[in-house]
Amino acid sequence: MNTKTGLDWKKLAHSRFLMPIVCLLLVLLVNVIQTPNFFAISINNGVLYGYLIDIINRASELVILAVGMTLVTAASGGQDISVGAVMAVAAGICCQILSGGAVSTNQLMAPMFIAILAALAASALCGAFNGFLVSVLGIQPMVATLILFTAGRGIAQLVTKGQITYVRVDSYKVMGGYIDACLIPTPVFIAIGVVIVVNLILKKTALGLYIESVGINGSASRMVGLNSTRIKFLAYVILGLLSGVAGVVASSRIYSADANNIGLNLEMDAILAVALGGNSLGGGKFNLMGSVIGAYTIQALTTTLYAMKVSADQLPVYKAIVVIIIVVLQSPTFQKKVRTIRHGKAVAVNAG
Amino acid sequence: MLDKLTQMKKEKKLSAVAFLLMITILLFVVMYSIGMFVFSSKGFAKPQMFMNLFISNAGLIVIGCGMTIVMITGGIDISVGSVTALVCMVAADLMENKGMNGTMALLSALLIGLAFGVVQGYLIAYLNIQPFIVTLAGLFFGRGMTAVVSTQMIAVKNPQFLQWANAKFNLPFGYTNKNGAFIPAYIYPTVIVALIVVVIISVMLRRSNFGRELYAIGGNQQSALMMGLNVRKVKMLAYVLDGLLAGLGGFLFFLNSCAGFVEQAKGLEMDAISAAVIGGTLLSGGVGTVVGTLFGVLIKGTIGSLITTQGTLSSWWVRIVLSALLCFFIVLQAIIAGVGGKKLKN
Amino acid sequence: MPESDNKQRQVHRMSDGLLLSMRGINKTFPGVRALSNVDFSLRGGEIHALMGENGAGKSTLIKVLTGVYGLESGEIRMDSIGHPIVNRSPQEAQANGISTVYQEVNLCPNLTVAENLFIGRQPKKCGLIDWKTINQKSANILKNLDISAEPKKPLGDCSLAIQQMIAIARAVDMQCRVLILDEPTSSLDDEEVAKLFTLMKKLRDEGVGIIFVTHFLEQVYEVCDRITVLRNGELVGEYEIETLPRVKLVAKMLGKDFDDLADIKSGRQGSEKPAERVIEARGLTHAGTIKPFNLTINKGEVIGLTGLLGSGRSELVRTIYGADRPTGGTLKVKGKAVTITKPLDAMKNGMAYLPEDRKKDGIISDLSVKENIILALQAKRGLFHLMSRKEMDEAADRFIDLLEIKTPDREKPVGSLSGGNQQKVILGRWLLTNPDYLILDEPTRGIDIGTKMEIQKLVLKMADEGKTITFISSEIDEMLRTCSHIAVLRDGKMVGELTGEELTQAYIMQTIAGNHPGKAAVETADEEGGANV
Repeated sequence: MNTKTGLDWKKLAHSRFLMPIVCLLLVLLVNVIQTPNFFAISINNGVLYGYLIDIINRASELVILAVGMTLVTAASGGQDISVGAVMAVAAGICCQILSGGAVSTNQLMAPMFIAILAALAASALCGAFNGFLVSVLGIQPMVATLILFTAGRGIAQLVTKGQITYVRVDSYKVMGGYIDACLIPTPVFIAIGVVIVVNLILKKTALGLYIESVGINGSASRMVGLNSTRIKFLAYVILGLLSGVAGVVASSRIYSADANNIGLNLEMDAILAVALGGNSLGGGKFNLMGSVIGAYTIQALTTTLYAMKVSADQLPVYKAIVVIIIVVLQSPTFQKKVRTIRHGKAVAVNAG
Repeated sequence: MLDKLTQMKKEKKLSAVAFLLMITILLFVVMYSIGMFVFSSKGFAKPQMFMNLFISNAGLIVIGCGMTIVMITGGIDISVGSVTALVCMVAADLMENKGMNGTMALLSALLIGLAFGVVQGYLIAYLNIQPFIVTLAGLFFGRGMTAVVSTQMIAVKNPQFLQWANAKFNLPFGYTNKNGAFIPAYIYPTVIVALIVVVIISVMLRRSNFGRELYAIGGNQQSALMMGLNVRKVKMLAYVLDGLLAGLGGFLFFLNSCAGFVEQAKGLEMDAISAAVIGGTLLSGGVGTVVGTLFGVLIKGTIGSLITTQGTLSSWWVRIVLSALLCFFIVLQAIIAGVGGKKLKN
Repeated sequence: MPESDNKQRQVHRMSDGLLLSMRGINKTFPGVRALSNVDFSLRGGEIHALMGENGAGKSTLIKVLTGVYGLESGEIRMDSIGHPIVNRSPQEAQANGISTVYQEVNLCPNLTVAENLFIGRQPKKCGLIDWKTINQKSANILKNLDISAEPKKPLGDCSLAIQQMIAIARAVDMQCRVLILDEPTSSLDDEEVAKLFTLMKKLRDEGVGIIFVTHFLEQVYEVCDRITVLRNGELVGEYEIETLPRVKLVAKMLGKDFDDLADIKSGRQGSEKPAERVIEARGLTHAGTIKPFNLTINKGEVIGLTGLLGSGRSELVRTIYGADRPTGGTLKVKGKAVTITKPLDAMKNGMAYLPEDRKKDGIISDLSVKENIILALQAKRGLFHLMSRKEMDEAADRFIDLLEIKTPDREKPVGSLSGGNQQKVILGRWLLTNPDYLILDEPTRGIDIGTKMEIQKLVLKMADEGKTITFISSEIDEMLRTCSHIAVLRDGKMVGELTGEELTQAYIMQTIAGNHPGKAAVETADEEGGANV
């Protein structure tokens, strides 16, 4: 667990990958107990099948979101809850352009790359809106993103004229489906691609360093010549862009734009993934791969619960409990209480 | 009128708070008047239209009061929509599947609200965890629990309850229809309950120690601590009260819907927050009135009525307009705070 | 007037007529002895200044008195109470008649003036708060103390000075007998300070004992009756104001014995090379923190900036560096006019700034030693020109060796290092950028003797290599060893620039104390040229 005080209560927790990996293993363990053939992978109809494949496939959008959410959390110490809604906006714009405005279409009315570009531009704009409110006006991140959290789906509805727009074209289904004779679903590649690209940006430019610096100590960062406003703004734009990517992928899966359901509740999952990844929700140093592992863990958790016949609507209960446990453990006040209790015990032991 | 207001503000006759409240009330009056003017043929000018604003939003008014209370302390509660849904579902379940009566349902509503308030309040006030994350978890917990009770809709058929739900109070005014018959306007008891709550909370905020301490904590928590106020206890109580009001408001909501289903009251927390912010409650805390929130609710209701009466616009426009208004007020607050802040430094 | 004045008090009077007496106070924190056997006494009807430089223990003493910190050992007595008291919280202290008004004015800006006066003790009618009585009583209180504020106005609408007076009024109405004012004048202008002093004198005449914690020399001499000086957690002495000339006070605060004339003379000679101006500031100022100043620094010079704490030393360099955006004046770097509004501008013009508060403005605690060292250079290079891993490692190693930074390896988070080593990391950070002009703000504070010497030697070496340096310190001997010119500041204004023969400890202290006003000192923005050094 990554705590700013550097105080780890498990001596083993020197690795910042400990928590995410432990959580993932726990979930997988429960799964294996529940479903004996959990790890079975087979090839049917020219593609891979199996629970594991399912998890990795379906987690793709979440991975993409978690990457962006990690940056936003690190730089601004807050979270963006509009990501699901922004996904819907992107999906809506993409499908509307491709369908030429009709409710359903069997052929592309516009080049796909234009539709996708427009969708990403719109989602990046949403990110810029959020970024402006947070970094320039200084509004609390969760409050600022509350606006798009509500308005976003409404805007998506407007774009799709209140209906679910279908794009029944094979080439569009590829992004959410399979590329030709490939065994592995495309979203997996896209997710991995995003992770690689973002990692490259963070490592090949100074952005990763800047984000951490600004998130840890804004004042000192300023003295060193960094522009924290710009850096925070950039983080939100990146998340907006990535939400757009996730939205297009999600839409491609169902070859339609369902403004009400695309990305539903994914914001909570994304925040959870970041927290599970060992990142402090208060910002500062971040661990991108930890969030990625966290995302897969949550998807595994979801699959586990489905296998235990928990309905989709009931899922949020478990996630809420996990979030609360994590933030309580991360809370400095709580850690202090635990320390004083342990200290008290130690003193009593010594005195006794 | 706006000029006169601005001038009064400049002359310091009107404080920033009163200024924001005046804008809200003005906004409401203008919107409603436009509606009356443009849609008079569709019945917008009838007194019942105005009464309906209160009838359909009685629950929101009470929830808004609770929201105002926690926002005054500088916090927020986005779980209220889920609490409402849970309350409706549990109440419906108790009455239809477990044979209980309406009073038990009401009690259960209050208990649910109380439980949320106590747990969330403790985590926020004593463990110092950010209100947003705690109540976000509450939102998901509540929503999920609603589905745990039942994933199918439960419609209430309990006769006693339906009697409550349909009880009307006729008012001394109304309109005369085409045949010359006088049709009185009416309201439901829920409206009376809501208005009573507004009055009580208003007095509490203005004239009780607890109320003033809420403002003090929201204004400057450090100072409040130094002045000897028990900040943690007061903060927790704010959330407990907010939870209780969410439970009560949820029950009023239930009297309207007479059913429990999973998707119910989605986005209600947004409505409550918007109503409070539009009504002049500062997100940063320390400032806010329930009267302002009441007008915020009325504005939201008016937007809904305008769009419904217009008929051709999709209902999603309500959310969009509301979000735009919210955005406008948030930015306005940020700007005023920036200006005010700079003034203090000098 | 406080109601208690009219009551007959059955009190236990302390034999020496003191209102408050603290004896043998000790306070230790992990690793540091904050207070060591300190005595403090306060008479009724006096204004008593409590003074001391950084780490002297002033605020610790106050916090022990008011219950913010626990009493470790020693005794506190008040004249109305027959036994020694221990205040376990600010509320208990208040109940014993001790009230504190802090610099940040701990009131709520969103509540009205009247409400701030009465919060926590509002008069009630039928269980509900009685606003009419509150407003009326407040009006009376404000009138009696001659404070111009309206009871019904929000506190935030009042100026900071008025807010402070309202905080005092609250304390007075709660019948405080000891009033502690913690740095009340730091953000006030002269007019507001005058009003505050009038109020203070009024209270003094009514028998209240006032503890005035401040670093403004002039103000102390204007309004105080006695002074207590602390240094490094120990009591230096308690003096009647008439018996202590300014210069002696300065000496005591800096820990020098003024009578000791075996003085340290400057070791630096003025250079014979033609002056090449690196920094030329004319009328540069930042509203509210530093009055307009002129400063010229030539290449290879080490200019010292000294004065008591709070005299504006850091504020002056922060304005040059752009950490505080200048609100007036001009700046030339190497003869070229520049506009510096933020640190990056300064860095691009070859400047570097080692801040005074290394915890807040210096180290990025969770980042590694290496990352902290390369950060400034990286910021200069820009987002897209990331230093290679090898470059970073080499840079870090170079300075770890050069400055002898004690760390197991370069990847350790800098927050885990000791204070002195953290300081070295920041120094390394700035040296890496190869600046022309380096500002060192209290670089040796809180550092062991050995490292202090290393840093001083390093400064001299850099000057010889042609770097220009501004060195800020409260330790005069340190500066005499390294600086060729010393600028003196007092109360937010530059009051003198000393060179050559004037560079002696005695002369410097006298300038700080204000004994050489005739000297070509105060250079305002109106003067042409001024005293160029």
